[in-house]
Amino acid sequence: MNKNAERELAQKLVTEIKTMADKAGRKLRFMEVCGTHTVSIFRAGIRQLLPDNVELVSGPGCPVCVTPDDYMDKAIAYAQHPDVIITTFGDMLKVPGTKSSLGEAKTNGADIRIVYSPLDSIPIAKENPDKKVVFLAVGFETTAPTAAATVLAAEQQGVKNLFMLSAQKLVPPVMEALLSDAQVRVDGFILPGHVSVVTGTGIYEPIVAKYHVPGVVTGFEPLQILRALYRLVKQVVNGEAKVENEYEAVVRPEGNPVSQRITDTVYEPVDTGWRGMGVVPRSGLKMREAYKSYDIEAVMPLAVAELPAPKKTACRCGEVLRGIVTPPQCPLFAKACVPTHAIGPCMVSVEGVCAAWYKYGQGRFEYGK
Amino acid sequence: MCLAVPAKVLEIENAIGKVEISGVSREVSMMLLPEAKVGDFVLVHAGFAMQIVDEKDAEETNALLAEMKGAPRTVDTIEESVAHE
Repeated sequence: MNKNAERELAQKLVTEIKTMADKAGRKLRFMEVCGTHTVSIFRAGIRQLLPDNVELVSGPGCPVCVTPDDYMDKAIAYAQHPDVIITTFGDMLKVPGTKSSLGEAKTNGADIRIVYSPLDSIPIAKENPDKKVVFLAVGFETTAPTAAATVLAAEQQGVKNLFMLSAQKLVPPVMEALLSDAQVRVDGFILPGHVSVVTGTGIYEPIVAKYHVPGVVTGFEPLQILRALYRLVKQVVNGEAKVENEYEAVVRPEGNPVSQRITDTVYEPVDTGWRGMGVVPRSGLKMREAYKSYDIEAVMPLAVAELPAPKKTACRCGEVLRGIVTPPQCPLFAKACVPTHAIGPCMVSVEGVCAAWYKYGQGRFEYGK
Repeated sequence: MCLAVPAKVLEIENAIGKVEISGVSREVSMMLLPEAKVGDFVLVHAGFAMQIVDEKDAEETNALLAEMKGAPRTVDTIEESVAHE
């Protein structure tokens, strides 16, 4: 599609959204729960384009951002062990723990290696048989099968010195936690594209039915997001609540069954802590008993003395992640906390809500909108 | 972090695929997508092919990904585009 045609379509969709939303007779609020959607929405300027009675709010869609300080503290503590090599995706390096970050630990001599794939940890483990190689398994449903497949590959190749420090998180349980939170008001969800590639669309059905809140799976192009918004507004106006798929070219109703099976072989659901949300029931993954020999926390538990005590901060990332406040309402935003000197993880990650506001939104948004 | 990148499958051998991503060839695991064939476009996440996709889905995602990695902005906002007309 050429640019002009795309603009015309976008404009038409916005008009249709407005006409439909006017029928609701109140302000509607939709949440995206995927960090890549957040970036795309800001990049295309979708928030400014929407009528006054349709509001978008970002949710806990950035894995780095929702990972609590204590996980970073554990990763840093393991990195201090002389016989440990940490392997990680690059975006974890700058994430602050309670006292420091992995990046600082690396500068101070810890062996921390950035990998593109968890599988890259296997050759590192083979080349360093006297070391424990620990992969930082952080992410949502899209990433979990890649970590699980790596464990299975290590088992198959007889690699015994590769371990996971797991903080895998699941999207549907945290959506449910948000819907149960009286402070959070959401009329519908823009459902994640690439998480749904793995899970399929059926996984959202029970929540949508239980809370009578619609959800639309969509892709990352502005037109796809606008079409999803139109479908959400229409469902609300018609009093419907169902899961729709605006990303049918990529997301199948059944998802990727091989990925689901591999994840389920290695992991089982567990209650886990989210930044700003506390412990959410069955919202994380832990390694099954049969794979405990690949779980660094089971094989080499940390001593309490190795971990710092929690500290207080003015960072409001936890509330930003629940859509309760917008980044400009945080006293640190764009002042003490900027991308080059980030205090909270929502500013560190490129998918973070604060980083998106800073990059695309600074000075172009009314306070609180 | 969940963003998957479109790639074209050039070769597959022993569940390892050689794919082309934005003109660069690299190896990915086909373990999670055993049904993919040479010539398919697939979404790649963290070194694994995750799903077979249409070729046209590739373009916009690549531009978005580049900007997330710090490249300068490549599109106008929709509002700006409309204003230019």
